[in-house]
Amino acid sequence: MQWLADLGRQGRELVESLGRSSQFLYGSIVGAPDFRSGFPLLMKQLYFIGVLSLAIIVVSGLFIGMVLGLQGYTILSDYGSESAIGQMIALTLVRELGPVVTALLFAGRAGSALTAEIGLMKATEQLSSMEMMGVDPLRRVIAPRFWAGFLAMPVLAVIFSVVGIWGGMLVGVEWLGVFEGSFWGNMQSSVSFTSDVLNGVIKSVVFGFVCTWIAVFQGYDCVPTSAGISSATTKTVVFSSLAVLGLDFVLTAVMFGDF
Amino acid sequence: MNEKTDPSSLSESYPEPHIELTDVVFSRGDRRIFDGVSLKIPRGRITAIMGPSGTGKTTLLRLIGGQLKPDSGTITVAGASVPELGRKALYRLRKTMGMLFQSGALFTDLTVFENVAFPIRVHTQLPEDMVRDIVLMKLEAVGLRGARDLMPAQLSGGMTRRVALARSIALDPELIMYDEPFAGQDPIAMGVLVKLIRELNHAMGMTSVLVSHDVPECLSICHYACIVSDGQIIGDGTPDELRNHPSEKVQQFLKGHPDGPVPFHYPAVNADRDWGIAGGDR
Repeated sequence: MQWLADLGRQGRELVESLGRSSQFLYGSIVGAPDFRSGFPLLMKQLYFIGVLSLAIIVVSGLFIGMVLGLQGYTILSDYGSESAIGQMIALTLVRELGPVVTALLFAGRAGSALTAEIGLMKATEQLSSMEMMGVDPLRRVIAPRFWAGFLAMPVLAVIFSVVGIWGGMLVGVEWLGVFEGSFWGNMQSSVSFTSDVLNGVIKSVVFGFVCTWIAVFQGYDCVPTSAGISSATTKTVVFSSLAVLGLDFVLTAVMFGDF
Repeated sequence: MNEKTDPSSLSESYPEPHIELTDVVFSRGDRRIFDGVSLKIPRGRITAIMGPSGTGKTTLLRLIGGQLKPDSGTITVAGASVPELGRKALYRLRKTMGMLFQSGALFTDLTVFENVAFPIRVHTQLPEDMVRDIVLMKLEAVGLRGARDLMPAQLSGGMTRRVALARSIALDPELIMYDEPFAGQDPIAMGVLVKLIRELNHAMGMTSVLVSHDVPECLSICHYACIVSDGQIIGDGTPDELRNHPSEKVQQFLKGHPDGPVPFHYPAVNADRDWGIAGGDR
């Protein structure tokens, strides 16, 4: 019967953790700092989370776009429809790869850094000292990071898609010789702003919310030891990746499923 | 400023309590940390809470600061029942408290100056030149005005604690709590901290609560001390009263005897079972 007790304990711990993270999320959202003191904090975090993630996003977007161009040309040229390469690259990036790969890269770069930073602040009693100074760490530390991640993700995803399309154009048009007019023209005629671009942005907003929530909560809730921080950082990347991939399926089914 | 405190004055005129704990019970998981602890900490005096490592001295400070809630019992600070305070009231009360953490807990991304300025900037609307003056005064008080531009990583352990001390007195609190201020310090740094704690109490009239297991240093500066062990207060009084305390446990702690009521050996199964020696029975 031990397995039943273990199962029950794990279930209880899961529910407790979900409860704690929901309370934490509420505190972070409601605890958005006022404009005067909060704006500089938000700007600083937007720089660390958003601007410093640009390099990995731009380079990844460029190469993924170039690979899409190469693969798309190879496949489509078998059917004599290589002129459709522009729309293929754009739809793939805007609907799927842009939001999903950006979220995965975000979890790996910014999410893990957020968890480690907050975890280390907890381990070195910086969060406790803030509490004892009458400053709520949820408002001062967590809320600016949460909002910065939430705001940065859609922008990063859009940049990823734009750079990816440009990379695909470099390979398809400049290297493999697809006619530039059909590359851009087919893209323009087949990509819808509302059903493709906007849905892609909505996906990245959801991913931004979930990834940042997981990252800041794991840091705040970690066991304040080196092993605890290491475990929390790993959990951030694993949970965020799984959540992004799972949610992507659900969102795709809702947005593009034509049942 | 160098005037020594006079512990004997306590029994003559015991000041009103600033902090009062009554029958406090607190557990972590299955382990009971405090089992009905009652304690009065007088206003404007230095009170030392001593005891062996792991007896919950730091936990006691966290209970007083409202970072933890007791399972039962009452904790009042300046007349306010800490466990019953709402979030806003608790944060308001904390503005009247300072706490020196064992690690210093300085913000690693801010300079020494910015660390000390942090509570002033957050809680007041003072103009920048006034913030600068206050911060430099506080740093001067701990002897580190010249270190204002250093980052925490560039400070020694003793300097870190002095900066943290300057930060914790930045808003001139009524109550300051020191968590193991002497742990791991060299004799000079320890002497500096003892001097600062004594002088700050004398100059600012703050209630000071000192958690430590460094007996000579604590007894040299405190007006009142208590010893916590096994979830209970096993002895309290002025330093002289404690030195003459009849409890063997108190005497073992004060004199640092390796064996006594607190045994040298951690409870274990009989030695014969571990080593297979016939008749071994410890």
